[in-house]
Amino acid sequence: MASALLYDRLQFAFTATFHYLFPQLTMGLALLLLYLRSRVLLTGDEHVEEVADFWTKIFALNFGFGVVTGIPLEFQFGTNWARFSNYAGGVIGQTLAMEGVFAFFLESSFLGILLFRKRFSRRVQWFATFMLFVGTWLSGYFILATNAWMQHPVAYQVAADGRVFVTSLSGLLTNPWLFWQFTHNMTAAIVTASCVVAAVGAYYVLSGQHLPHAKTFLRTGVVAGAISSGLMIFPTGHGNADQVFKYQPVKGAAFEGLFTTEREAGLYLIGQPNLETMTIDNPIEIPGALSILVYKDLYAKVKGLDAFSRDEWPDNIPLLYYAYHVMAGLGTIFVTLFGMALLALWRGWLFDMKWLLWWLMLCAPFPYIATSAGWMTAELGRQPWLVYGLLRTSEGTSPLVHSGNALFTLIGFLGLYLLLGLLFVLLVSKLIRQGPTSIDSPTTPVPQGPGH
Amino acid sequence: MEIETAWFIVVTVMLAMYVVLDGFDFGVGIIYPFVARTEAERRTALTSIGPVWNANEVWLIAAGAVLFFAYPKAYASGFSGFYLALILVLWLLIFRGLALELRAQVDHVLWKQAWDTAFTTSSLLLAIVFGTALGNLIRGVPLNRDGYFFVPLWTNFQPGSNPGILDWFTVLLGLTSVVVLAFHGASYLVMKTEGTLYERAISAAWIFGWLSAGCTALTVMAVPMVQPNLSLNFSRHPGVYLTPGIGVIALGYSLYFRLCRRDLSAFLASCVFIFFMLASVMFGMHPYILVSTTDLTFSLTVYNAATDPYGLTAGIGWFVCGFLLILICQIYLHSRFLGKTRADDAH
Ligand code: HDD
Ligand code: HEM
Ligand code: HEM
Repeated sequence: MASALLYDRLQFAFTATFHYLFPQLTMGLALLLLYLRSRVLLTGDEHVEEVADFWTKIFALNFGFGVVTGIPLEFQFGTNWARFSNYAGGVIGQTLAMEGVFAFFLESSFLGILLFRKRFSRRVQWFATFMLFVGTWLSGYFILATNAWMQHPVAYQVAADGRVFVTSLSGLLTNPWLFWQFTHNMTAAIVTASCVVAAVGAYYVLSGQHLPHAKTFLRTGVVAGAISSGLMIFPTGHGNADQVFKYQPVKGAAFEGLFTTEREAGLYLIGQPNLETMTIDNPIEIPGALSILVYKDLYAKVKGLDAFSRDEWPDNIPLLYYAYHVMAGLGTIFVTLFGMALLALWRGWLFDMKWLLWWLMLCAPFPYIATSAGWMTAELGRQPWLVYGLLRTSEGTSPLVHSGNALFTLIGFLGLYLLLGLLFVLLVSKLIRQGPTSIDSPTTPVPQGPGH
Repeated sequence: MEIETAWFIVVTVMLAMYVVLDGFDFGVGIIYPFVARTEAERRTALTSIGPVWNANEVWLIAAGAVLFFAYPKAYASGFSGFYLALILVLWLLIFRGLALELRAQVDHVLWKQAWDTAFTTSSLLLAIVFGTALGNLIRGVPLNRDGYFFVPLWTNFQPGSNPGILDWFTVLLGLTSVVVLAFHGASYLVMKTEGTLYERAISAAWIFGWLSAGCTALTVMAVPMVQPNLSLNFSRHPGVYLTPGIGVIALGYSLYFRLCRRDLSAFLASCVFIFFMLASVMFGMHPYILVSTTDLTFSLTVYNAATDPYGLTAGIGWFVCGFLLILICQIYLHSRFLGKTRADDAH
């Protein structure tokens, strides 16, 4: 019979991946909305205001789903990972509590204002958007600080009873791991938002609706998308890979598919890892590229999986390898696509290039795939450790929650989230069908204030 | 005061704030199908909590996170021990959140009916579960030597040494929680609405006000039977009697203000009532966070469940700043939406 550990892991993996589908758009869109609202405030342009209002509606819907799926994650630390919470709560409790106290109150209070924004002046609307931007990015910062500590524990000491406690709050918040993780992850959120904004714009242009708005969508999305997708590869993606090879070399070897330690190590673009023969089947390889990328030296030796004992290997190497390659592959595709779109926009061809608009429209789901794959790279690659080098995943579960309980709740989450996903798609497509010109949706009845 | 106790007070205050604030959202949910009958009334009722319910709910998340930070052992033990009940809470919170957010998105009677039902059912069940949870904390749980436990949903409905989550005592607290929150929600609606909705909310406030008084009396009588430690604490520090005293007086005042139709005061008195009743339970519990029914020495207290002193001290620094920020945000938000709500202002 499968163990509780397996169900606990599946449940966390599933609920975390599902949750992250929403915040990534929230965080990216918050930045784009701040830009749009700033334009409204400076120029008083009503067209831009309609664009901002449209995306605010999508933002609010998306935010709601992010909130309801976020709460289960925090609870699960206690429900399913009790020994981990007891062990590491002295450290990660700090960042999680700071997120609750600093970020969540900002977000939820100003969302309330923005939902009922018609009551308020443009200045207040701008301010609420700004505070939402700050809140969501702080949220990202604190949760990533938590994750960064699990990837690369710093500023802790082990107490007599075996638990860990924080020794320096500033050390925890400036974990060296955090820099590239934060920049890479937040830039990815901007890629997601840009792709979605551009895709809706492309859809409207191709179907000949809402043309002026659609063009603003496309201009905003393409410019932001081109900048952010470039930054995904360099410097942030490269920086992340660098630190993985520095601090977690076995993860790096596993996601690159490097079975044996070698000089002039190659970079596999395509191929299937074969754990029986310890080789990559059907490889397409750039010789020497990995040595150059990691050590800037063709002849540098890169450690392969054979340099580590088997009980340090991540337990699902093929999935890890594919996850990493899907992310990096999509990264290259985004740069190409947005590069072309930017060129076309600059030359004034974009709105007539049907095939390019089609590509932009179909691109919308792919950043979600890339970020999910990226998180799988980070989290599967962390195995078999829950806290890298300190606590094994198998030592983190709740001692008295047996597999029957865990399977029951896992099935419940699967069913519930299927429903959530369907509802979200239904409602977003309804908002897109309504379009940016029907501003007063039934979602915004206005509570009356004093003096009305 | 020791730092371990200071954080206990912080957690208590945050949880009590949660129940006071999100409590009226629950209350509105519980009485909603009875007091709001037409579509316009329903929209008014929902709009009255629309801008604030999410910010209210954050008190729960933040309180949970602060509990995790200050007493990781208690968080680990309590959350895994109440596994099924807590996951149920999560699912209900999801449904309630969806109901509040999605109902207005589609204009169709069946859509609205479905979310109305989801809203009322989840509010009602959550109120029961939260009351039951409080009952479990008071009664204690069968902690083992390592400080862990696992309680099934029910055993023989007796609060003995092998209890389930549901027994007669915790069910009584569940019911008390429902009527108290219904009263609280009714007081809120009275304050926020006009016309027939206002009149019906007043009737609801009367009914649930008296029920609250009755259930509170029953609970106060039952607690010493189930948890002698609590009354011990009270007799040791008689000053603590002040907290339930203020609570009970506030309930009286709330009913009195209702009589004079001073709606705002009645609602505020109801806030004070809930806040102080919860605070008195927590003061009675101190220093226990989770009392063991198997062996009192296995219990988790603010001392043996706390994180280390550096963490607790460092936390005070950022928490003070954070709490000011919370107050500013909350006051700003609530002040923006003072006064009566109407459903049809948008168009
Ligand atoms: C739009 C999404 C997206 C794109 C195009 C890329 N990434 Fe990424 N990547 C993420 C989205 C992402 C992410 C979801 O944001 C991750 C998961 C964990 C994290 O902090 O960021 C991540 C993690 C992540 C990690 C793992 C870090 C760890 O183990 O903790 C590495 C090594 C890279 N990335 C490297 C790259 C490279 C070399 C890319 C380009 C070719 C690339 N990423 C494109
Ligand atoms: C939202 C983005 C995230 C995604 C998609 C994600 C994904 C995953 C996946 C796939 C696993 C399962 C790994 C395995 O069992 O092989 C996992 C485990 C886990 N992750 Fe994450 N993760 C995310 C963020 C985080 C963050 C920010 C934290 C810390 C605060 C975290 C904490 C954990 C824990 C405690 C586990 C369970 C133990 C384990 O399997 O290692 N995750 N996550
Ligand atoms: C796996 C660990 C995670 C936990 C425990 C967690 C917890 C939560 C909770 C409790 C909420 C609801 C807050 C509210 O009520 O306002 C939430 C929402 C949110 N989370 Fe997460 N989260 C996790 C992963 C992430 C990651 C990796 C990010 C981004 C980097 C993120 C960003 C956000 C944001 C921006 C929100 C606001 C709602 C939204 O944007 O849709 N979370 N999260």
